Amino acid sequence: MISKTEFRSGLAAALIASAALLAGPAAAQEWPERPITLIMPWGAGGGTDTVARTLAAAMEGPLGQPVNVVNRTGGSGIIGHTAMATAAPDGYTIGTINVDLSQLVCQGLTDLTASKFTHIALINTEPAAVSVSAESEFTSLEDALQAIRDNPPGTYTASGSGTGSIYHLAWAGLLVAADIDPGRVIWVPSQGGGPSLQDAASGSIDFVTPPLSTAAPLIKAGRIRPLATMGAERFSGLPDVPTVNEAVGLDWTSQTWRMIGAPAGLSDDVRDKLTNAVRTAFDSAVFTEFMDGRGFAKTWMGPEEARAFHESEDTAICEVMEAAGML
Amino acid sequence: MEPLFAAFDLVFRWEIIAVILGSCVFGIFAGAMPGISATVAVALLVPITFFMEPVAALAAIATAVAMAIFAGDLPGALLRIPGMPASAAYAEEAHEMTMKGQGGTILMVSLLCSVLGGLVGTLALAFSAPLLADFALEFQYYEYFWLACLGLSTAALVAAKNPVKGMISLSIGLLLATVGLDMISGQPRFTFGTLGLMEGIHFIPVMIGIFAIAEVLRTLIHPPRADARNARVQKIDFREAYRIIWRYKANLARGSLFGTLIGALPGAGSDIAAWVSYGYARKRSKTPEKFGTGHPEGIVAASASNNAATSSTWVPSLVFGIPGDSVTAIVIGVLFLKGLEPGPNVFIENAPLVYSIFVSFFIANLVLIPVGYVAIRAASQLLKVSNNILMPIILIFTLVGAYSINNSMMGVGVALAAGIGSFFMQENDFPVAPLILGMVIGTLLEQNFMQAMIAQQGDLTAFFSRPIAASLGVVTILIWVTPLVGAVRRWRNRQRAGAADGNQNV
Repeated sequence: MISKTEFRSGLAAALIASAALLAGPAAAQEWPERPITLIMPWGAGGGTDTVARTLAAAMEGPLGQPVNVVNRTGGSGIIGHTAMATAAPDGYTIGTINVDLSQLVCQGLTDLTASKFTHIALINTEPAAVSVSAESEFTSLEDALQAIRDNPPGTYTASGSGTGSIYHLAWAGLLVAADIDPGRVIWVPSQGGGPSLQDAASGSIDFVTPPLSTAAPLIKAGRIRPLATMGAERFSGLPDVPTVNEAVGLDWTSQTWRMIGAPAGLSDDVRDKLTNAVRTAFDSAVFTEFMDGRGFAKTWMGPEEARAFHESEDTAICEVMEAAGML
Repeated sequence: MEPLFAAFDLVFRWEIIAVILGSCVFGIFAGAMPGISATVAVALLVPITFFMEPVAALAAIATAVAMAIFAGDLPGALLRIPGMPASAAYAEEAHEMTMKGQGGTILMVSLLCSVLGGLVGTLALAFSAPLLADFALEFQYYEYFWLACLGLSTAALVAAKNPVKGMISLSIGLLLATVGLDMISGQPRFTFGTLGLMEGIHFIPVMIGIFAIAEVLRTLIHPPRADARNARVQKIDFREAYRIIWRYKANLARGSLFGTLIGALPGAGSDIAAWVSYGYARKRSKTPEKFGTGHPEGIVAASASNNAATSSTWVPSLVFGIPGDSVTAIVIGVLFLKGLEPGPNVFIENAPLVYSIFVSFFIANLVLIPVGYVAIRAASQLLKVSNNILMPIILIFTLVGAYSINNSMMGVGVALAAGIGSFFMQENDFPVAPLILGMVIGTLLEQNFMQAMIAQQGDLTAFFSRPIAASLGVVTILIWVTPLVGAVRRWRNRQRAGAADGNQNV
């Protein structure tokens, strides 16, 4: 008869043996040995989603494994971002990080700061812009800002997305930079960039702030007039539109950005492999064609640079929100 | 004319026809499954369209959506479980017809009306897209607000048997629509501190719950009625189907027109089009009392309307790059990807490609007839399956569908809760379709009201200050007030009659 201890040690030995058997090939095989999940905190079909899907498809080649995009929506993106940040840092779960996260941190809705992630790369920035209806009285940003200063508060309305969103922030920050109290212009929240452009074209809103890439069809249709882009450089698709700096001499830029990241604590080895795969996909013809087609700007930052940028955004966005009285 | 011929050349190739047929079959499955909305179906298609040429990619999406909107009627009529929110308005009515053994016929009616409505929508898209787009841009917050009100007032018409309970059901839907981050202030509402509720309650899991899960519960607790035996065999009576469509041809025309106009508005869509058309059909009917008892009049209008809307939703997307609904939001991405930049010049610069979209819409609608017929025949067999097998399968599929909305158990929880709630509501004769209407329209209503009030700083007269808004407003208020005036008049007549009787007695 086998004693209890003997049984236990036997069981333990068997467990160790089987664990070794299971771990053996894993240790021997190189990462990645199974498909990678890319967590997407927004719904299928949106801007970030299509960018992520195109990139994920192009990453399969260099990685030799499929990259599955999983939409984990909800809570203004907090749910998906949290799911990604709290996953095991084994390189099998990656995800997108969006500018929206920094605002949610400032609003105290989540504690997912830059330190909660391993940054793989920044792939896109999209500057906000100031546009008006084609029938508007304004033809330059300077006139517009002066009119806001001269007229009583509440004369003008602006829109671009929800309250506290990046496009709202871009607008409020611009006014603060121009020494105008953001409260002088009524912010009318909308469901997003597209709907706000429609509101401007139909004449219900005076100023809108979505990027020029979104506004381009309406601009070409002669319904919307762009005044200035908030990028550091002009938008290649509409090279006649000045930057804020060129238009009014203010050093103000504001953009949305998209990164690929992983949970904090990912080993440098795996991170570098992921960065290489993202870089290969980023340079691929499919991805370039897609981004050009959508008018999305391709911007590259490596892991270190992306992390530093994310950290600076965490503080900068809070400062603007504070100054604009949005906190 | 030349671009049109070029378009025919682009479309009439066996690869394209194969893609259209394939998307048709895919659309049937997507539409008939309560968990898969048209948006999800298109999102699933998008990665495949990456590898297709532009015409094939756009044809695939257009076909799948047109098919899915019709296919939503299949489980709606046969099992009382609408597969799509756009079918929810008349699922009850269609199911009543199935109980009379006319399920096959009414589905055929609904198929043919879907095709005709779809063709009207396509013609409108092809010949008056720029005009429709200008019309859509005329709509500001004030017009959308009244449109939402019009949509809401159809709830009372749809729930004709018991308007008060219909209003209560509608109010529950409106209440559910307020859950989540308030769009105006960004503050969480009714979330009870949970992250899962911050994005609000998605109406697809709710729809799954109140129709599918409640139906499973009902079948479990009340074994099917004895007369359900009649429902086992659903013959398709073509003669009868044509007769119904011919008799209600005015409804067909109105439904197609409403669908085209409402579909062209960004933010509205086939769901609202179906409700408004169904409600209006009842309003104009000579026999409104027959509605709700298995009467085809409203079904003709609504099923033409939701398919017309699926074509015209492309208008604002093609002309201005503004998505008409979540499906066309995805479509815009595909358009860009295929080098077709939306804009009013798209009809000139990319004429062959744009016309090939219209041609494929046409073909898709025509292919709907044979494929839809086969689907009706096949789906009718479902009724022969024993409930002991059918109901567990429905439960599994719907729960998987609810899970897949956000890839989280949240959706499953919402569906189960809605199912239990809906079961008790139906046991007490509360209609549940208005609840879905409340959820669909609630956001549109609140958002446009709030935006209007913020922009106008609380000036309510803004809702009557523009011609379209003012006329929509007057129509809406008339719809609300007429039954009241009628009731008062009847009450006074009764009083007078009572007084007269009293006099005679003296």
